[in-house]
Amino acid sequence: MLAFLLTLGALLGVVIVLAYAERKVAAFMQDRMGPTEAGPQGSLQAVADVLKLLQKEDIVPAAADKKLFKLAPILIFAAVFAGFAVIPFTPALVPAGIGIGVFYLLAIVSLDVVGLLMAGWGSNNKYAMLGAMRSVAQIVSYEIPAGLAILSAVMVCQSLDFQEISYQQGALMNQFPGLEYEMNWLFGIEALGINTTTIGGITTWNIFRAPILLVAFVIYFIASLAESNRAPFDIPEAESELVAGFHVEYSGFRFAVLFLAEYSMMVLVCLVAVVLFLGSWNTPLPNIGPVALAYWTSGTAGEVSSIGWGIFWLLSKTFVLLFLQLQLRWTYPRLRVDQLMHLCWKVLTPIALAVVLIAGIWRLLMI
Amino acid sequence: MEQKAIKHKTGFWYVVKSLLSGLGLTWKHFKNARNRRTPEYVSDENYFKQPDGMATLKYPYEAIPVPDNGRYRLHNEIDDCIVCDLCAKVCPVNCITIESVKATEDIGTTSDGTKKRLYAPVFDIDMAKCCYCGLCTTVCPTDCITMTPVYDFSEVDIKNMVYHFTDLSPEQAEEKKLLLAKQQEEMAAAKAAALAARKQG
Ligand code: SF4
Ligand code: SF4
Repeated sequence: MLAFLLTLGALLGVVIVLAYAERKVAAFMQDRMGPTEAGPQGSLQAVADVLKLLQKEDIVPAAADKKLFKLAPILIFAAVFAGFAVIPFTPALVPAGIGIGVFYLLAIVSLDVVGLLMAGWGSNNKYAMLGAMRSVAQIVSYEIPAGLAILSAVMVCQSLDFQEISYQQGALMNQFPGLEYEMNWLFGIEALGINTTTIGGITTWNIFRAPILLVAFVIYFIASLAESNRAPFDIPEAESELVAGFHVEYSGFRFAVLFLAEYSMMVLVCLVAVVLFLGSWNTPLPNIGPVALAYWTSGTAGEVSSIGWGIFWLLSKTFVLLFLQLQLRWTYPRLRVDQLMHLCWKVLTPIALAVVLIAGIWRLLMI
Repeated sequence: MEQKAIKHKTGFWYVVKSLLSGLGLTWKHFKNARNRRTPEYVSDENYFKQPDGMATLKYPYEAIPVPDNGRYRLHNEIDDCIVCDLCAKVCPVNCITIESVKATEDIGTTSDGTKKRLYAPVFDIDMAKCCYCGLCTTVCPTDCITMTPVYDFSEVDIKNMVYHFTDLSPEQAEEKKLLLAKQQEEMAAAKAAALAARKQG
């Protein structure tokens, strides 16, 4: 229960920061100033927006399928929020440390699609329906390259447990029960003979342990943009043609929940990318001989210092990815539906399949 | 002229390069957002030399200066007005309303030395009707009706767009009218007396 409340609180905080950052980043990239009035530098703008939304009337269209319409936002948010349960925040802190975390995450986040379809269908509005159908088609398609990219990381790590995957990517690896005698080699190739187990830092991140995962990371990142309906894959929301897609009929509190779910999805996919590919809560600084930067910036496992460092590294890496997502949104134009499907089925999926194959071979080199 | 076929560049690295250069462009703008363009008028030398920085003008707090010959809200310096009614006559939209009352005594001169002979109990300009053509300012013989640099004067109630420039209160105006009527009566009486005297003679 405590973990639930903490995660919810942290998530709300991050989403508010993100919503503000989105407006400011967008403004700066377009030579504007963004919000300036509410609070210093407009920093209370996101809070003000939420307060405004909460005061608004909760309108349910007369012709809507009322049950579906009312349930959809809650389902969408619940699906995304449930995904946070298996994300390890520090070496010692996981809301729910289950052994099949990766599998659980993929499964539960897919429920999102059902919620989107409910929202679109229940609104009884052609824009909403079109938006929902595009959204579902897009998410279902992009789950395949994303799933394959995740699969290659799982194959390299030989684990479905996010926490175990996290431990493998740092100097603290041998502290995880079951990994006491594991070794990390530079680029994962034992034949090179450079042992990086105690060097840690960036050299043990998955994208370094098995450089092929760098490709997997790029594929996952592109697919995750599509899964969270972010530009340049935002055709489900296409403001200019579909008004706002599946949530066009929503107002007030329900809209706020949908908005929250959307931003939570962004945070979640970035967290997953960080955990699987970019070293999770591990520090990027390696131990260099007597200068034990990795140990100094990781803290002692189980103590406050490790919680602090772990959250710091995890969040800073996540925010770098989130910033990249924002920057992509304000840089690239939206893809057409056929281009979107072309990219997914004819480009990303074959490459991802090849990556899975190479990752398997790489794993053979690692042992 | 020789026509060359445009070769469309394609290929993986070309696409990656163009994607990256797009990111570079937005990043450059993001970085430059620390600077702000200075609010200068377009005739300023620096106007086109500031390609970077935020272009937003926080309007109510700051504003670009208006050009000297810009045509904005009218102002009438009633002390200098000789109530000649020229401005009202030339106005293409009839938005100036003037009533005049002849002065019975000497009421001084304007700042450029023209003698004033009329009071203006009503001098209204309806800024909502005005088309800011500036004709009135050209015809005014004493240059007392002018354009000011004020352009932000919208009102909630349209009646407030009628500006009253008279310096007489209604009571004073009434008094002046009575004085004039009395003087005219006296003059009429004097004229009648003079006429009668001539007939007799
Ligand atoms: S500016 Fe033109 S329209 Fe306005 S009062 Fe003068 S003459 Fe009339
Ligand atoms: S033209 Fe000038 S002097 Fe004549 S009535 Fe108008 S403002 Fe007064």
